[in-house]
Amino acid sequence: MKLKVHVWRQANASSKGKFETHEVSDISPDMSFLEMLDVLNEELVDHEKEPVAFDHDCREGICGTCSLVINGEAHGPQRAATTCQLHMRKFDDGDEIWVEPFRAGAFPVIRDLVVDRKAFDRIIQAGGFITARTGSACDANEIPVSKEIADRAMDAAACIGCGACVAACPNASAMLFTAAKVRHLNMMPQGQPEREVRVRNMVSQMDAEGFGACSNHFECEAACPKEISVEFIAEMNREFLGAMVKADNTVPKRG
Amino acid sequence: MNAERTSSAKDASAGGNGTLNSHCPTGPIETRWDKHRFDMKLINPANKRKYNVIVVGSGLAGAAASATMGELGYNVDCFCYQDSPRRAHSIAAQGGINAAKNYQNDGDSVFRLFYDTVKGGDYRARESNVYRLAQVSVNIIDQCAAQGVPFAREYGGLLANRSFGGAQVSRTFYARGQTGQQLLLGAYQALERQIATGKVTMHPRTEMLELIVVDGRARGIVTRDMVSGEIKTHVADCVVLATGGYGNAFYLSTNAKGCNAMAIWRAHRKGAFLANPCFTQIHPTCIPVKGKYQSKLTLMSESLRNDGRVWVPKYEDDIGKAPGDIPEEERDYYLERRYPAFGNLVPRDVASRAAKAVCDEGRGVGSTGLGVYLDFEEAVGRLGKQAVSERYGNLFDMYHHITDEDPYAVPMRIFPAVHYTMGGLWVDYNLMSNLPGLFVLGEANFSDHGANRLGASALMQGLADGYFVAPSTVANYLATVTPGAVDKGHEDVKAARSTVKERVSKLLGVGGKRSPDSFHRELGLLCWDKCGMARSESGLKDALEKIPALREEFWENVRVMGTGEQFNQELEKAGRVADFLEFSELMVRDALNREESCGGHFREEHATEEGEAKRNDEDFCYVAAWEHGGDGNEPKLHKEALNYEYCKLTQRSYK
Repeated sequence: MKLKVHVWRQANASSKGKFETHEVSDISPDMSFLEMLDVLNEELVDHEKEPVAFDHDCREGICGTCSLVINGEAHGPQRAATTCQLHMRKFDDGDEIWVEPFRAGAFPVIRDLVVDRKAFDRIIQAGGFITARTGSACDANEIPVSKEIADRAMDAAACIGCGACVAACPNASAMLFTAAKVRHLNMMPQGQPEREVRVRNMVSQMDAEGFGACSNHFECEAACPKEISVEFIAEMNREFLGAMVKADNTVPKRG
Repeated sequence: MNAERTSSAKDASAGGNGTLNSHCPTGPIETRWDKHRFDMKLINPANKRKYNVIVVGSGLAGAAASATMGELGYNVDCFCYQDSPRRAHSIAAQGGINAAKNYQNDGDSVFRLFYDTVKGGDYRARESNVYRLAQVSVNIIDQCAAQGVPFAREYGGLLANRSFGGAQVSRTFYARGQTGQQLLLGAYQALERQIATGKVTMHPRTEMLELIVVDGRARGIVTRDMVSGEIKTHVADCVVLATGGYGNAFYLSTNAKGCNAMAIWRAHRKGAFLANPCFTQIHPTCIPVKGKYQSKLTLMSESLRNDGRVWVPKYEDDIGKAPGDIPEEERDYYLERRYPAFGNLVPRDVASRAAKAVCDEGRGVGSTGLGVYLDFEEAVGRLGKQAVSERYGNLFDMYHHITDEDPYAVPMRIFPAVHYTMGGLWVDYNLMSNLPGLFVLGEANFSDHGANRLGASALMQGLADGYFVAPSTVANYLATVTPGAVDKGHEDVKAARSTVKERVSKLLGVGGKRSPDSFHRELGLLCWDKCGMARSESGLKDALEKIPALREEFWENVRVMGTGEQFNQELEKAGRVADFLEFSELMVRDALNREESCGGHFREEHATEEGEAKRNDEDFCYVAAWEHGGDGNEPKLHKEALNYEYCKLTQRSYK
């Protein structure tokens, strides 16, 4: 296959970026999208040009490192797959492909296609955990968890934190990411004691990071490589409202 | 680079006669860890905050250790090359984690897990360490369940288990096919909680390029900020390496692209012994190589062998036929035929060699002839598609994405690939290297898996080391040192920093013609051919000539684009490849030295008549711990004798 690739180049966070166009040939349909970029980079190095920077690591769809908006879609045209699992057989010979970084105010560009997603870590720091000091746990079978709950918690916990939901959302909202973690932990019996403070703090942090609000476009679910359901967002909103009302009632007000 | 060990480092573990002291406690094996914990020194809570600990790596071992030590009150600095600690490669582990809970009432016990692990490791692991691992395995499951890890459950709400290669009991806990992900997220969340409290400072996108050793003790690291390119020194009271294995020496492996051996190799050059580097694990169930451009190999969890049946055509003429056109009686279910007791569940090393054997006979399938079938037809018939999908759905999807074939309709094609490395930095019972103050956890150390790791034991070891072992043994060490004894102005600290700066400029200045990747590919192929599933004296000797030649070419002809003061992935790769080019020579040398076949190390000269591995306990029942000899000099071999008091040395049989 022969392709024309328009790829975003940007030296660093403060410089202005632009598309650069390259032709790549000898692309096998069995290659992954990232292997196609490897081929492009190898050619750039051969011509003493700087290769395109892009994030990637496990290349098996689980670490959440790879990103890219391909032809306008986060992780490209294949549903339920990360960019590293997208294969060139999804494209046709002679295609033009546009490759951009995940774009969001809260994800500043580091270089070319690489963005900074530390905002996600800070949302987890705000409450995305169950406090369980090492060594203090009871026997694992002392707290039964119904299969139904465990399975549904796992559906939410499958999030890989890649940020495609943010990149796909017209509001650059991180609701799907936040809701997946809130619901995973809040569904489990072990997560009950911190349930309300968790949802309050995580949502506040999400707002503080500059992510937008959800206005029900559902682009996040369509882009999510793990098919996390937008139902979790509705459930989180319900929990958030309840937790805020309760907090207002319990925290004494001035005056 | 000054690679001389100082005399005080030598005194710590290496005795005058060249033997190594593992500092294992004595007495009945079931009492050793408890006794040791009681004997170890404690640090009073008010003093803990005076100590600084550096942890490199944020996978299961690194994240668990950082979180736990932060919780205990130490000041922890944790470093990872990824953009977030949540992305460490532990996340990719699929199948599960072993624990001796005996929830299934099928005869499991701590002793049985211990015994299986020692036997599975082909009697090249230390008994005391393995017993402790089996003991704390039960605490790990409790800890993870308390963190909210969504383990698979029975309908009654209790934890579910599955069986795994190398065991006849069901002791593997799992979260669909994403067990590593869920356990890592548990540890990551605990770590983020400590980051929020300020007890742990996280340094993502930061790579360790050198170990700082002062007066024979590990005192810090030199790092490069991968975004700005800044070279920085960090000093502390001890250094914990949890940096994973060296499987990427082979270029193609199931490891993430960024996994590398730089941290352990830099430590080795500074005096830490490297043990058993030839013990590498080739995993039997990976997606076969497709083409030259291939950048990594994808594992299909071993748990698939619970329900999938492995076969090749009985007759060479049939390899081109569609699998569905080959009748049952013309298929060779070679694992079931050769190993009736364990069948498709034989340990990884055995399954991999058996696959190689049938492909060598010309019965391999797929375009390259390097593949065997993993067939779910019988399982779908027995359990229904729904049940098979519940157990393995995400793995089937992954296979489908990569190969464009539907494994519900046609059998998967699989082939062995480099997956895990049992060798690593030598550590004693306290997980401390021969360099005082340097602790090594998880896959980066050599300690618990002998010559072959059993499935679902890597997660167990990473978390055992991180949550339960290191926090106690590190305290025992810290109690012997004065906190903050070394500062950044020390001349050894400054020297380490300038060494790193020189090396970075050297890499950027070669100005050759070949990319770092092209050297890495060539090295990987060489290692796979000569030091892969089967090794021979002549092949290894050949590799010992070719690797230094390739290394020489690298330093004359590598091309690293860009500068050191920017985000530069080529520079990162070049540094890692440079170290693999040194590391792999030691791996080959170790393979040449070990004149026996055991576990993942198969020397063609040492096989039984049936083609099984033939151990030589008389001459090789030892840990080979190598001391760096300085550039251009041969490394020195130190032997730690292995004594088996509880597991009887027998020829491993899975028939």
